[in-house]
Amino acid sequence: MVKAGNVQESNLRPHRVLIAKPGLDGHDRGAKVIVRALRDAGFEVIYTGIRQTPEMIANAALQEDVSAVGLSLLSGAHMTLFPEVVRLLKKEGLEDVVVFGGGIIPDEDVAKLKKQGVDQVFGPGTPLSSIVGYLRERLEKK
Amino acid sequence: MKKNSKVSDAIEGVKRGDLVSVSRALTLAADGQKEADEILRAFFKDLGRAQKIGLCGPPGVGKSSLSSRLISLYRKRNLKVGMLAVDPSSPISGGSFLGDRLRIQEHIGDTGVFIRSIASRGMVGGLSGTIFSQIHVLEAYGCDKILIETVGIGQDEVAIARAADTVVYVTTPQLGDEIQAMKAGVMEIGDLFVVNKADLEGKDKAVSDIRAALGLGQARSLSVQERLHHGGLDAGVLVETKEPRAWEPPVLAASARDGEGLEPLLESLDRHEKYLKETSEGRRRLKNQCREELSLYVSRRLYRDFLSKVSEKDIEDLVDHKMNLVDLASEILK
Repeated sequence: MVKAGNVQESNLRPHRVLIAKPGLDGHDRGAKVIVRALRDAGFEVIYTGIRQTPEMIANAALQEDVSAVGLSLLSGAHMTLFPEVVRLLKKEGLEDVVVFGGGIIPDEDVAKLKKQGVDQVFGPGTPLSSIVGYLRERLEKK
Repeated sequence: MKKNSKVSDAIEGVKRGDLVSVSRALTLAADGQKEADEILRAFFKDLGRAQKIGLCGPPGVGKSSLSSRLISLYRKRNLKVGMLAVDPSSPISGGSFLGDRLRIQEHIGDTGVFIRSIASRGMVGGLSGTIFSQIHVLEAYGCDKILIETVGIGQDEVAIARAADTVVYVTTPQLGDEIQAMKAGVMEIGDLFVVNKADLEGKDKAVSDIRAALGLGQARSLSVQERLHHGGLDAGVLVETKEPRAWEPPVLAASARDGEGLEPLLESLDRHEKYLKETSEGRRRLKNQCREELSLYVSRRLYRDFLSKVSEKDIEDLVDHKMNLVDLASEILK
């Protein structure tokens, strides 16, 4: 799934990524699968656990100096919570942190979220290699 | 040029107490490149400002939960607290899952608390190779207490004793009897022992087992740190000293879940800090920390500056016996 050469390159300075579950949604299997895939691809992944407020997520991103924040939500509150995380990150001075999301996000919401600063959204069934590949490419570019 | 100004921005920011700068400086320090040198140069002078409290013990005994409780208590006293929580890096992928933060959630928005998760990045012994630089950053930020949570350790990972001032060994009831407590390694480095999860059955037995095991070697307890670095038998021999009574590690029962036994723990931590200040042990530990930091720094530089000279051809020559390993090594180190 992952090219050996790539792993070694990222070994030098592993990218740090925060995976977070905002809001009242306890279903974190998806988030944990992402955490595991990123770990195995050589990322340093910080996991916040479930039921986080946007403030908690922004605070963790600040203290951990992550390059990206991945939000997972299945409850339907993504239109409120995702942009709020983006807003708080900007407020903390972390406008260069890449915010991406996943979960049960209807197609028509994806474009709106992107307009509000969410970089990419992954729906159910996305191969893990696409998410790893996206993140690696996105963060190397930075 | 741009990079250098980034480092000096971060350094200035830390002095001002800017959180983004602290975070940035911790990253630069961990990456161990040229920027890390500038960080170290700027902040080394802050060594010795904070009480560095190391928490070690097997995985899952509640080190993070206990830390969270300690942070709250220190915050009540208005002390600034930093925490470095180390989790293992994968030796296969280099990746890491950092999950200590999950247990420490009650301090959001409090600028008197700064928590950072750290991957061990190939260092064995429960710490990361650049943790000293990160400690200096938090000291420069003005932290009064720095909690260092190690990778959940096994029986002989004692690196924390060379980085912390006060080592808390955390265990739980039912993690072994007196015989386990008598074994060499981690049991030798604790300045305090905490039987966490005291809400579970068996805490009294666990406390008395550890006390019994420690009691067998009490007279030598002062020389443990010394032996760690000099390794000689001399230090193990009982020496008459003019110092106040040697530190006897307290064994406490606590429950991070129920909040029990935390005040006595805090009181013991204070008492140990005072003990270090009033005896020569404090200075001895600082010297050991400097030795360890220097040794880590030098090995990192050697690795970076010398091993990069090794070519694929050199390795081929070794395999084909065209070159002797000792000769090659001497050549590189010239």
